[in-house]
Amino acid sequence: MKQIMTGNEAIARGAYEAGVTVAAAYPGTPSTEIMENVGALYNQDIYSQWACNEKVAAEIAIGGSIGGSRAICAMKHVGMNVATDPIFTVGYAGVNGGLVIVTADDPGCHSSQNEQDNRLYAPHAKLGMMEPSDSQECKDFTIAAFELSERFDVPMLMRMTTRVCHSKSVVELGERTAAPVKPYYRDIGKFALLPAVARKRHVIREQLLAEMEEYANDCPFNRVENNGSKVGVITSGISYYHAKEVFGDTADFLKLGLTYPLPRKLISQFAGKYETLYVIEENDPYLENTVRALGFSCIGKDKVPICGELNAEILREALFGTGAADTYTVETQAPARAPTLCAGCPHRGFFYTISRNRKKILPVGDIGCYALGINEPLKGFDVSICMGSGLSSIIGLSKALALQGDTRKVLGMVGDSTFFHSGINSLIDVVTSEANVIACVLDNSITAMTGHQDNPGTLKNLMGLPSPAVDIVSMIRSLGIGDDRLSVVDPLDLQAMQEAINKGIAAQGPYVIVTRRPCALIKEVARANAGKHCAIDSEKCKGCKQCMKIACPAIALKDGKAVIADPASCTGCGLCMQMCKFEAIERIGG
Amino acid sequence: MTKNILLVGVGGQGTILISKILTAGFMNKGYDVKMSEIHGMSQRGGSVTTQIRYGEKVYAPNIGVGDADLIISFEKIEAVRALPYLKKGGKMITDNREIYPMSVLTGEAEYPHNALDELKAAVGDLLVVPAAETAEKLGNIKATNIVLLGVLVKYLDLEDVDWESLIRQYVPAKAVDMNINAYRAGRAMAEG
Repeated sequence: MKQIMTGNEAIARGAYEAGVTVAAAYPGTPSTEIMENVGALYNQDIYSQWACNEKVAAEIAIGGSIGGSRAICAMKHVGMNVATDPIFTVGYAGVNGGLVIVTADDPGCHSSQNEQDNRLYAPHAKLGMMEPSDSQECKDFTIAAFELSERFDVPMLMRMTTRVCHSKSVVELGERTAAPVKPYYRDIGKFALLPAVARKRHVIREQLLAEMEEYANDCPFNRVENNGSKVGVITSGISYYHAKEVFGDTADFLKLGLTYPLPRKLISQFAGKYETLYVIEENDPYLENTVRALGFSCIGKDKVPICGELNAEILREALFGTGAADTYTVETQAPARAPTLCAGCPHRGFFYTISRNRKKILPVGDIGCYALGINEPLKGFDVSICMGSGLSSIIGLSKALALQGDTRKVLGMVGDSTFFHSGINSLIDVVTSEANVIACVLDNSITAMTGHQDNPGTLKNLMGLPSPAVDIVSMIRSLGIGDDRLSVVDPLDLQAMQEAINKGIAAQGPYVIVTRRPCALIKEVARANAGKHCAIDSEKCKGCKQCMKIACPAIALKDGKAVIADPASCTGCGLCMQMCKFEAIERIGG
Repeated sequence: MTKNILLVGVGGQGTILISKILTAGFMNKGYDVKMSEIHGMSQRGGSVTTQIRYGEKVYAPNIGVGDADLIISFEKIEAVRALPYLKKGGKMITDNREIYPMSVLTGEAEYPHNALDELKAAVGDLLVVPAAETAEKLGNIKATNIVLLGVLVKYLDLEDVDWESLIRQYVPAKAVDMNINAYRAGRAMAEG
């Protein structure tokens, strides 16, 4: 049976067909739908869960593998940075049941803070690596990766990119393999990585990688397409298809699917044949460095951009200078349409309060929907680095500001899921360092930005079953934050929000604010808000634009007066009503 | 020869459902199909794009500037934004709906209400349709995508696929009749 699937759906399907029984992930675009599909479609056969963070997800899968299950974990590229501590060591240990780690890279930074090339992790952590080019390969390579993992006793890295994750193509479905859980056995010489064991395992790993390279030289995943050309192209992943668009059948191809260990013999045989040799890859010169180390000259990153995503047009221009494509132009410029905080978003009240207090506070952001608070007119923060840094970078930043006599109070923010991910560690250090900061947890009861995944604070798990919830406020209190250092507020109550900020500014040492209101897009919340919206009385509206300062997409300025331009998206949250000095806004529908 | 369709709109407008139906239709016709969409940040009211490529053998799932044979836009200024992707001689269909971005809502930027006149002058083959308005009259603005599907099928003469049965398959059961009406209304617009 054939089905059109995204790469992410195909990875989930591959895990199912490979007989996987343990799976874990932390959500992150573009990887999220892999585990969502495992949880939704294959929960009868595969135990799956959202972990607190990528390191925990990797360790759950590693434990599953040691116990004898075929196990998979998935993460976005920057998530792998969090997970590499166990991954590097399990690179020495190897596996019992097959172990596959999926990294979803994001060339072009469609939804990420960098475009790091995680292929470099494979040689660094001594993992086997495969790079699928389309959805069929996503499924086939996942199944193959489990077999290779067990055959060469090595964790396999499945390296995806946004275009592979989120593109749909045709996949031939298969049956689930019977892969019974292997018996667990005690083997401290393999799985208890004390120094003496690690030294031995390192030697074994190098031997196994050498054997695996022999296999890579002659395997179905690394193939030559011979078109009788004098031009050769070496490529992998999505870049293979971009190169096919450009060269079609006018070049010979070495299409690499098993890309660590790289098949150096095969590469040498291929590279030696051509007058002109291209290496086509996105981001870093991973393949090219090996081709050059083998003594072959090639056209690669001297022409193909290192930065950003590739497509056929970019390649043609880079390689042949074909000039800009022939197209149409008009003078009218489309005004930018940046993503915004939704109508009814609870973060809006928080950010409006921040914007009113900018002279006294220096806000620091983090990763999540609240990153959208940076846009005009809210200008919600100055700094955003990575998951959890919103509560830890403020410690150093507050010290540095104090040293230069800057009296602004540094305020950091994380969301509920980010708090569980790593923000809790940061907050512990805020407390023990007695940092003079305001630490905020913006709890909207869901992992919102990646499309509403459950997290430790919610009452449901990935498999759709009830689960106990961890209470954020109790956790914070347990760190020694008493009521004199803690405000728990509804962020849409502007007066309460301002009072909390005032207390935070006045406090010496750590002050914690937890804003609590569920995301307006949660189904139950949306249902409860159905039919509610605000309405502006144009007689009473003086056109003072005060309500425009909250940057709500449901409110527009028309002929000098504010109107609710989109009552369907308005949730009747009432934030604009609090802004209006003329009582021109009322809530309709309760 | 591979054909490239680019769908553009604003997050939440239903570009994903129309692309599902289109890809299923092209598959039924025996074509190789690839579809690419970028989500993530774009879901929160930002611009969204979906690319569909079909033909005997499709390589890459995404296209570049000047590569689209057809652009379907769900919103006026998104049509302007997508214009550089249109191939010389390509076709464009756009809804005349206006959705204001934040910069326009706050009065910082002007919405170019007359943008379509300029587009019409530049692109010979431009069809402007009141798809959202029609869907709203039929009972639900969410059926805008199916109105546009009807326009597209008629306009491109893709008649040898049973689109109505695909619509029945992909839309919620209680919305089938309304969506079939939306599809037929779209076809009628392309004729008119």
